[in-house]
Amino acid sequence: MSATPHPDPHAADAASHGGDGAGHATLRGYLTGFVLAAILTAIPFALVMTGAIPDRQATAIIVMGFAVVQIFVHMIYFLHMDARTEHGWSLMALIFTIVMVVIALAGSLWVMYHLNANMMPGMPDMSQLP
Amino acid sequence: MIESQQAVSPVFGRLTLEALPLHEPIVVYTFVVVALIGVAALGAVTWFRLWGYLWREWFTSVDHKKIGIMYMVLGIVMLLRGFADAIMMRLQQAMAFNGSEGYLPPEHYDQVFSAHGVIMIFFVAMPLVTGLMNYIMPLQIGARDVSFPFLNNFSFWMTAGGAVLTMLSLFIGAFARTGWLAYPPLSGIAYSPDVGVDYYIWGLQIAGVGTTLSGINLVTTIIKMRAPGMAMMRLPIFTWTALCTNVLIVATFPVLTATLALLTLDRYLGMNFFTSDFGGSPMLYVNLIWIWGHPEVYILILPVFGIYSEVASTFSGKRLFGYTSMVYATVVITILSYLVWLHHFFTMGSGASVNSFFGITTMIISIPTGAKIFNWLFTMYRGRIRFELPMMWTVAFMLTFVIGGMTGVMLAVPPADFVLHNSLFLVAHFHNVIIGGVVFGLFAGMNFWFPKAFGFRLDPFWGKFSFWFWVIGFYFAFMPLYALGLMGVTRRLRVFDDPSLQPWFVVAAFGAFLILLGILSFLVQVAVSIKNREKLRDTTGDPWNARSLEWATSSPPPDYNFAFTPVVHDVDAWWDMKQHGYTRPLAGFRPIHMPKNTGTGVFIAALSVILGFALVWYIWWLAALSFVAILAVAIGHTFDYRRSYDIPAAEIARAEEARTRLIVAGAAP
Repeated sequence: MSATPHPDPHAADAASHGGDGAGHATLRGYLTGFVLAAILTAIPFALVMTGAIPDRQATAIIVMGFAVVQIFVHMIYFLHMDARTEHGWSLMALIFTIVMVVIALAGSLWVMYHLNANMMPGMPDMSQLP
Repeated sequence: MIESQQAVSPVFGRLTLEALPLHEPIVVYTFVVVALIGVAALGAVTWFRLWGYLWREWFTSVDHKKIGIMYMVLGIVMLLRGFADAIMMRLQQAMAFNGSEGYLPPEHYDQVFSAHGVIMIFFVAMPLVTGLMNYIMPLQIGARDVSFPFLNNFSFWMTAGGAVLTMLSLFIGAFARTGWLAYPPLSGIAYSPDVGVDYYIWGLQIAGVGTTLSGINLVTTIIKMRAPGMAMMRLPIFTWTALCTNVLIVATFPVLTATLALLTLDRYLGMNFFTSDFGGSPMLYVNLIWIWGHPEVYILILPVFGIYSEVASTFSGKRLFGYTSMVYATVVITILSYLVWLHHFFTMGSGASVNSFFGITTMIISIPTGAKIFNWLFTMYRGRIRFELPMMWTVAFMLTFVIGGMTGVMLAVPPADFVLHNSLFLVAHFHNVIIGGVVFGLFAGMNFWFPKAFGFRLDPFWGKFSFWFWVIGFYFAFMPLYALGLMGVTRRLRVFDDPSLQPWFVVAAFGAFLILLGILSFLVQVAVSIKNREKLRDTTGDPWNARSLEWATSSPPPDYNFAFTPVVHDVDAWWDMKQHGYTRPLAGFRPIHMPKNTGTGVFIAALSVILGFALVWYIWWLAALSFVAILAVAIGHTFDYRRSYDIPAAEIARAEEARTRLIVAGAAP
């Protein structure tokens, strides 16, 4: 539905990355992604529900590890990303996003840790409550 | 969960006749005036039988140029509302001395300063900036439209929908009394049980959908639709800044959406993300909202830096000094703008290490910004400067913005911030950079590009009135606030005990009055220009002897922008074409494939306003109904397969022929 701006570069676009874009979008690719995503969800769920690992912190770290792997599964199988798609713009956008998310998360954790420690000395640690 | 005191009727929710502010004379008079103007406007449109024209040619248009103009109209209309709030505050603060309570009751005054901030940022600055980007950027890169033309129309109407919901709060119920960022716990249900904060939340969420989608749209356009030969390092600077701004929009507006969604859960479902007890943390809200809020100010200023760059090089008759450094400065500011948010709450109680880190990153931002100022100065150096209106605004900006920048670096020093935080010094600082930066730049841009959009220049006589009133008015209005802030006067006060402060506030109110004259002069300028349009006509398409591609086509450009897509060989593509004796092709036109208009954007946005209104007033059945209707319209739209048409070659030939005649007529003495 986009207004085709100029036929030539568009045609060039289609020729150069149309091929590798289509290569990923297969039923097989989607099924692989779905199965992997399901497994990567089921394992952490089972770990939490059964309490297989007694150490809660270790469980939390493992769950987060699975979440990271899950993100990559989504990016590769569902978003069809690799270094070549869209002339490298996808990879650049990914790197930018990671930088932004790391800044926001790490910054917030650092800031909120400070604020909590300085401004809420009398508060019980809520994560330890039943 | 804290239950609301009011009864909630199953039919009308908590909406009763009490919600109409009939007991507040100021609001009633405002309503009467607004209603009269509204009836007159609607009556005029009906009388001149313009509804069909407006609907077909404007409201449903997917043309980026018309959408851009609609954004500008929205921004200017909302400027009047936002400025009305401003002058009410200045008047109140100038009066409320020596035991006088002024004329605004507290609950009204608190709404006024909250609405002023919200409207000026979200519904004035954002639409004006987005409007200019929408209009100019596709022309600058030689494209025929944006990547997703329907999405563009939809984005505009969602922004307008948010504005409508915010304006409704003036007459039905009340607006937030929390300040423009609605910090909890004050904005929580316990302390703000009425509809004010809910209007705020849903107004911003609806407009936020539009802003985010428009950001995605414009980023895609710049990356995918540049004319052949336009490598990234040949992009016009305005397009570069538009790219960085829209990347910022895409990256940060989701943070605002999520933060407001959490506040909504607190208010509607009794959750405790930001409450003071049950493990909630109001400080987390402040942290999150500024992760969006600081990049937001760069979203506003970056495209405006682009405007100044275009204006400085055009009116100095030179290529921009340091194009590459300008690009890198813009990109560096884009990244750094994420690393400074804590400077908005140095005083909240982070330790020395956190405060120094964010203080230093804040000071570092002044380096690329300073580089930009020098680039503009060196662009002017030894140029043949023409002091037309856009250039006057640019020079005023450079003088004014440097003051704002220096007070900004003062505020970046945490110990100094502990003294100045929440004072009028801060208020003066951010008005200094937003008016002296963003607003001056928008006026430069409007005066610069108006002939492109409408085919005639803006009247310079009234433009100079507007310019001088604005610039002098700004200094009168905000320099006293710097002084008052240094004396320790805090912001958002309604009455004052110390009579020695009154002269400063009277001077500030006088400044606001001068700015009012500036705004009125601008409106007169537009009206006079329309009246004298034949005398001010731009027949060439390039009235300023400018440099980038938007000046290569006619003024106003045809629907298809360029009959043939230009090929770019250099930065300042149009200047390069002129130097190499470019001649306009007059034959060999081919049909052009264009997107078709659609009313879906209007319908979904209207339903979103109804949804927002229903949620504000707890009218659950209406909320559910309008939500389902939104889904139905959106799904229905996907079955509309007739979305494009071809402009036949003969019609293009006719349009280009008409342009040839215009150029010949204009060249004749």
